[in-house]
Amino acid sequence: MEEDIKPDRKINIKGLVCPYTFVKAKLAVEDMEIGQVIEILLDYEEASRSIPKSMEDHGQKVLKIEKINDTDWVLVIRKEKE
Amino acid sequence: MDFTEDQLQRYSRHIILPEVGGKGQRKLLAAKVFIVGAGGLGCPVGYYLTAAGVGTLGIIDNDSVELSNLQRQIAHSTKTIGMHKIDSAKATFEALNPDVSVIGIKERISKDNILDLIKGYDIVVDGSDNFPTRYLVNDACVMAKKPLVSGAILKFEGHVTTIVPGEGHCYRCLFEEMPPPGLVPSCQEAGVIGAIPGVVGSLQAIEVFKLILGKGDVLKNTLLIYDALKTTFRRIKVPKNPNCPVCGDNPTIRELLDYDAGYCAVR
Repeated sequence: MEEDIKPDRKINIKGLVCPYTFVKAKLAVEDMEIGQVIEILLDYEEASRSIPKSMEDHGQKVLKIEKINDTDWVLVIRKEKE
Repeated sequence: MDFTEDQLQRYSRHIILPEVGGKGQRKLLAAKVFIVGAGGLGCPVGYYLTAAGVGTLGIIDNDSVELSNLQRQIAHSTKTIGMHKIDSAKATFEALNPDVSVIGIKERISKDNILDLIKGYDIVVDGSDNFPTRYLVNDACVMAKKPLVSGAILKFEGHVTTIVPGEGHCYRCLFEEMPPPGLVPSCQEAGVIGAIPGVVGSLQAIEVFKLILGKGDVLKNTLLIYDALKTTFRRIKVPKNPNCPVCGDNPTIRELLDYDAGYCAVR
């Protein structure tokens, strides 16, 4: 299941707000190969919704959106498209 | 190349676009664009290319800033009247974005210098205000196989077309010969409404972005005509002319001509 996916890359964008949350996430995805998976740690609530939406719009696959504690979220995204 | 934190902020609205992204922004930063003229069109073209982080801008002009320019030439100011247009524009662009290297050339473009001047650049933008220069730039770009984004303005009308040598039309496919001197009035004679160069120059800047990014469709084989009084844009098909004297199958113009013959520049 998705729980078992081991990310190829992890980034921590805690402290960043939109649009830099997505800017950082997008640049990281650009540097990956298709099929690779990234785990994104963030603490800006709006980005927990906007990053998955924008990634889907750009043709990437959102595998997981999880609130892990009071302040932080983890997103897991697989690169499907250059 | 990694972006600095300042660059991430400066170009964030580009980077989040699917058509640009970090890869496209790096292409913009690596691009070299040559602008003919620092007047009505050259000002907004240079301004937006600078803002977008187009890495190297060459710009040529031989005039100084006059008060009558300021109604439309937005890189200059009341404080730079009398200054060379190149110095005035360079100061404006460098203040906007220190990422951009602005190479100003205080000369008149001619058949003797144009090929050397455009040699190191990826794209040429024509913002000139006269037919001899327009034909010179067209012929040189066809010969040097440089993409050319051509713009023209007069009164309430603007024209834009993008010439990709070897792929589409050129300016002579559209208008084979220059009009006779005096037939088409100049801006000095006929006037030009203030924001028209902003519309046309912005369209030219976008054409340059698309050429650099390899995205979208440029105005290849097409002339776009903006009528500001009617607020209409018309697209005119311009097929490549196989008998074109410069880009046709058997060109008769094989070297640059004396374009000024018979023309006197109104100064």
